[in-house]
Amino acid sequence: MRIVVTVKYVPDINTDRGFEDCRVRRTPDEGTLNELDENAVEAALQIVEAAGSGEVVALTVAPPDGDPALRKAFQLGVDRGVRVSDDILAGADYFATAAALAAAVRKLESEGPVDLVITGMAALDGLGSVVPTLLGAELGRPALTLAKKVGVSDGVLSVTREHDDVTEELSAPLPAVLSVTDTANQPRLPNFKRIMAARGKQVEAWTASDIGLDSAPAVRTRALNAAPRPERPEAELVTDKGEGGKALAAYLITNDLV
Amino acid sequence: MTNRTVLVLLDPATEIRTSALELFTIARALGTVEAVALEGVGVEVLAQLEAYGVESVHQAEFSDAAGHVVTGDERHLPAVVAAALAAAVRRADADVVLLPSSFAAKEAAALTARALDAGLIIDAAGVSEGDDGRIVGSKRVFAGSWDTSCEVTTDVAVLTVRANAVVPAPAAAPVNTQTEPLPVEVPELGVTLASREVKARSGDRPPLEEAAIVVAGGRGTDGDFAPVVDLADALGAAVGASRDAVFEGWWDTYVGQTGVTVAPRVYIGAGISGAPHHRGGMQASQHIVAVNSDPEAPIFEICDFAVIGELADVLPQAAEEIRRHKG
Ligand SMILES: Cc1cc2nc3c(=O)[nH]c(=O)nc-3n(C[C@H](O)[C@H](O)[C@H](O)COP(=O)(O)OP(=O)(O)OC[C@H]3O[C@@H](n4cnc5c(N)ncnc54)[C@H](O)[C@@H]3O)c2cc1C
Ligand SMILES: Nc1ncnc2c1ncn2[C@@H]1O[C@H](COP(=O)(O)O)[C@@H](O)[C@H]1O
Repeated sequence: MRIVVTVKYVPDINTDRGFEDCRVRRTPDEGTLNELDENAVEAALQIVEAAGSGEVVALTVAPPDGDPALRKAFQLGVDRGVRVSDDILAGADYFATAAALAAAVRKLESEGPVDLVITGMAALDGLGSVVPTLLGAELGRPALTLAKKVGVSDGVLSVTREHDDVTEELSAPLPAVLSVTDTANQPRLPNFKRIMAARGKQVEAWTASDIGLDSAPAVRTRALNAAPRPERPEAELVTDKGEGGKALAAYLITNDLV
Repeated sequence: MTNRTVLVLLDPATEIRTSALELFTIARALGTVEAVALEGVGVEVLAQLEAYGVESVHQAEFSDAAGHVVTGDERHLPAVVAAALAAAVRRADADVVLLPSSFAAKEAAALTARALDAGLIIDAAGVSEGDDGRIVGSKRVFAGSWDTSCEVTTDVAVLTVRANAVVPAPAAAPVNTQTEPLPVEVPELGVTLASREVKARSGDRPPLEEAAIVVAGGRGTDGDFAPVVDLADALGAAVGASRDAVFEGWWDTYVGQTGVTVAPRVYIGAGISGAPHHRGGMQASQHIVAVNSDPEAPIFEICDFAVIGELADVLPQAAEEIRRHKG
């Protein structure tokens, strides 16, 4: 079983996130592996463990400062880490990202079959939740997204998919693309043994031409503006001494919210 | 540019959702409004389309490559929805496609844009025409802390729009909505759909993602959601929860960046600490109210009004006052 997990380096949601020149501000020490991709890594490791043998490759499209995401993936137990960086991919949108990820998967396939590509349910910076579907379309493989339960047996992937107010049972033959939700599993923690093993691992850096992409992808949208929202005025705090509920009701009524 | 044609996805077409009415309202400001339906349009729904100025409905009639009619649940899979939308854009020579911001609709939007080489904006909180006549989408990002805007530079623009982006309003004058069948060939899916279940919507309470008021309960309820439900019912509000409360099995839907994103007029969080993951799904609300027994609770940093106290005391009293006020 050979699995590629796509991972993204994003600003930590616990820090003060923002924009610079309409691009997400990247500060080297305030970024992390997109937390939701830990669920993807976990799903991949579990499937390989259940199969008894195989390889898990973490793949990211990012500038070199995105390597901490791959190093975190090493600490969780992935075998290899590949980063695709190139000037022509700077400012890549969903389509360009999916195309680059797909091209890198194809290069990995030239070394040997890739049974599954597993992604997180969303990148916590943009919360698009569209790259997995687009990646399926680029690769011409079925994409089963937003899985909260995953099973692989006899070359068939089956999932329970939950979204909005819908629950679906879907299956598809491998090779396929899978995205898992944050409830699909409980990601493991890096332990001493894995951290030591991770130290010896090197990120493999590929350029666009290494994966057969020669020209910058067509631009479809242009950022116009990014501005911080004004701070909320300080909250009105009432300590309940028996009248707290009345105060709450009064707040709603005087602000014409009832 | 008033000769623009704007397509709106109408799914379901058997009952009208507030999100669809909001999209029609936005679409009317941009051009001529047409809807795309995946099934037969209900009589009451048709009356709403007429009131909201929807000129025509493209009603998809799906068939497989061999020409057999497809009427199953597959029609709602993103790839199939996208095939219908792309076909409708080509036939109507449409300029803009609007969808709600549900997970399934986002995927359908992405595949539609891919098929049409169109620009895509996900989770727009507003859609307008820019100075140069191009479509501009605004977004509130990073847990509601930044406002961004972005213009689509391709001929066709595809956008998913957040709930509560506008207050739905009927057209100045109703129109006579035409229904036209739209033949759509279902693409090769490579996927087997064994079952699809849609959770029934409760008749007495608005759905979480569309409600104007949301009351959410967290771990601080200790499993008793009765006071949360009571206040919500007094306000005609939807009920939500934190992810921890859902994991405990106390409620079924949670607010947050991996759950439902809400941006109501009023959000009331009771026994919820205000973790960044939770904030990500509610911080764009207009008024944020919290009830929490811990004076240091992080949610107080982002709220407008808060009561420091036991939610089992505060919520029932508030509910009673509101019922009295409403008479
Ligand atoms: C990848 C990932 C994604 C996540 N996504 C989400 C998400 O989308 N949405 C989400 O909500 N969470 C999400 N979480 C979980 C999130 O990090 C928090 O753990 C969760 O929101 C906390 O829930 P809570 O506020 O109910 O509980 P707690 O943090 O335990 O807070 C309970 C609060 O109740 C107060 N309280 C206790 N007793 C009373 C009382 N009697 N009266 C009044 N107040 C009382 C306490 O003072 C405390 O502030 C996610 C976590 C991860 C790792
Ligand atoms: N630049 C990227 N590099 C690697 N994986 C990505 C990238 N962008 C998105 N992904 C993957 O796609 C998932 C969904 O991302 P998104 O559609 O951007 O919300 C993430 O959880 C990642 O697994």
